[in-house]
Amino acid sequence: MSSIPAGDDPVAIRVEHLTRRFGAFTAVDDVSFEVKRGEVFGFLGSNGAGKSTTIRMLCGLLKPTSGRADVGGIDVGRDPEGVKRRIGYMSQRFSLYELLTVDQNIRFYGGLYGLSGERLARRRTFTLEMAGLVGRENVLTRTLSGGWRQRLALGCALLHEPPILFLDEPTGGVDPVSRRDFWRLIDDMARAGTTVLVTTHYLDEAERCDRVAIIHGGRIAAMGPTRELKRALAARRARADQDVLPTLEDVFIDVVTDAAGAGATT
Amino acid sequence: MNHFWAVAIKELRQIRRDRRTLMVMLFLPGFFLLLYGYALNFDIRHVALVVQDRDATAESRRLVSRFVESTYFELVGTATSDAEIGRALDSGVARAVLVIPEGFGHDLAQRMPVTVQVLLNGDNANTATTVLGYTTAVLREASIPAGASVTTRLALVEPRIWYNPELRSTLFLVPGLIAYLSMITAVVSTALSIVREKENGTMEQIRMAPISTPAFIIGKAAPYLVLSQISGILVILAAMVLFGLPMQGNWLTLNLVLAMFLIGAIGTGLLVSTIAETQQVAFQIGSLVAFLPTFVLSGFIFPIASMPIGLQYVSTVVPARYFLIALRGIVLKGSDLITVWPSVAALVVYAFLVMGLASLRLARR
Repeated sequence: MSSIPAGDDPVAIRVEHLTRRFGAFTAVDDVSFEVKRGEVFGFLGSNGAGKSTTIRMLCGLLKPTSGRADVGGIDVGRDPEGVKRRIGYMSQRFSLYELLTVDQNIRFYGGLYGLSGERLARRRTFTLEMAGLVGRENVLTRTLSGGWRQRLALGCALLHEPPILFLDEPTGGVDPVSRRDFWRLIDDMARAGTTVLVTTHYLDEAERCDRVAIIHGGRIAAMGPTRELKRALAARRARADQDVLPTLEDVFIDVVTDAAGAGATT
Repeated sequence: MNHFWAVAIKELRQIRRDRRTLMVMLFLPGFFLLLYGYALNFDIRHVALVVQDRDATAESRRLVSRFVESTYFELVGTATSDAEIGRALDSGVARAVLVIPEGFGHDLAQRMPVTVQVLLNGDNANTATTVLGYTTAVLREASIPAGASVTTRLALVEPRIWYNPELRSTLFLVPGLIAYLSMITAVVSTALSIVREKENGTMEQIRMAPISTPAFIIGKAAPYLVLSQISGILVILAAMVLFGLPMQGNWLTLNLVLAMFLIGAIGTGLLVSTIAETQQVAFQIGSLVAFLPTFVLSGFIFPIASMPIGLQYVSTVVPARYFLIALRGIVLKGSDLITVWPSVAALVVYAFLVMGLASLRLARR
């Protein structure tokens, strides 16, 4: 029940022409992309660009209006519950129960994913060590500071060892040191084969992704490794000083203003 | 099943740490019972009575002493003329006047129809109605022979039947209070607990997990059902101690009826939680939804039979209506499960409907 045959497909997430409308408003407009296994893929965009709506569809929480998404080899539109078993999800709210202790939170989320007995004990130990909360199992969660909560929330999202992890603006309200530690954890996990899809509007976080997609107005305005996006911009600008690359911020602004100019077509 | 336990145990642990919720659920209903119970009392004792005895026979004096012995009335004076009667009522010396006509004793002995007149101060319709009820009861108990009739002349009184056979309005009102307090406790606590999860973002996290909506809802509702049940029984026990509510029926039947009513109330709370996004809004909608139908449309205070026909139809979907019928039946009349079965069936239907609807709305994606 726990181990799901991952198959030989090197693609963990495949999205084809995914669209979601709310009434007359199109939140996600014909989005297509692929994320390889073990890749850290960033969704970069301002608030309301369609990042969260996309993630919610990929997690089986929202039905796509049209298009298709396969997550871990499962069609999200057909079997959202199957997708839920294969993914971990963590949002910037670090959704933990403040009135429960660290241990009780772990046990509750373990229970939600059907963990029990030896496996729960093993994953509990893993989470406590990863979050650095060994010895503080019986502390009330509301007394923990942001960084601890963030790591505990991440641990709770990983209890069932999902091959794919969704992080929705995971570092909001956390100090810089905790943020750095957090990203080290993410890098380690990706190296171990976990696929990570992360949304952010922090450009320094986007820099740490293998590839990013810049979302604007529900569409992917640009996609690729950050270094390539910068090079492409530099080439277009045909600057004299080719060795000084534009920053990701330059790329973002360029792409967004460009898309805004072209956006009047639909 | 594992999912159910995971959610239920989590919820219980949260409630245990949340002392305020626990206190509100268990003890506030008892407190409100005390408040409302004494305030919502239509009973009046020692009604000031003036008598005009034009007959002055042993029979007429016996009737007067019946009134006094009932303890509902206190004899404050006698009148010899109609003018005096008018003055007594005008000045407020008397709330009620009893006029026994000449020949009362004679007619009674001849087994002929007798008539007495009762004049009531109608400035407070509720009080006047209550006093009218006492009068009728005393006259009936005075074993006036068959065929005797009682004429009452009232101003501004709308005759309505508010009473139970014992003429104690408390016995009629307290079951309504029990229904209202149980309803509001269950609706509000359930609605708040779900909306709190929405506010904290844990709701989203749970929706991301492979747990079915019914498993989540039942796991979430079960602890609140247990707590509301305990709270409801505490209120009923308090009503027995404080207001002398009898218990003629079976406790098991009562528990069953209460549980069915509470499941519907909890389902209502779940429905409220699908509308409200903040705890404040959930509290307001929850209180309103629990209060208005239960107070106005259940037959708690206003008899259903005297409502406009449209409202009577509306009242058929108010669960408190059926709960009240069953509750009054069990505690006052000792009705068994077979007798109250139609009400229980209505409560079960309501519970299924709201639970199903809440399930659908919470699962929507």
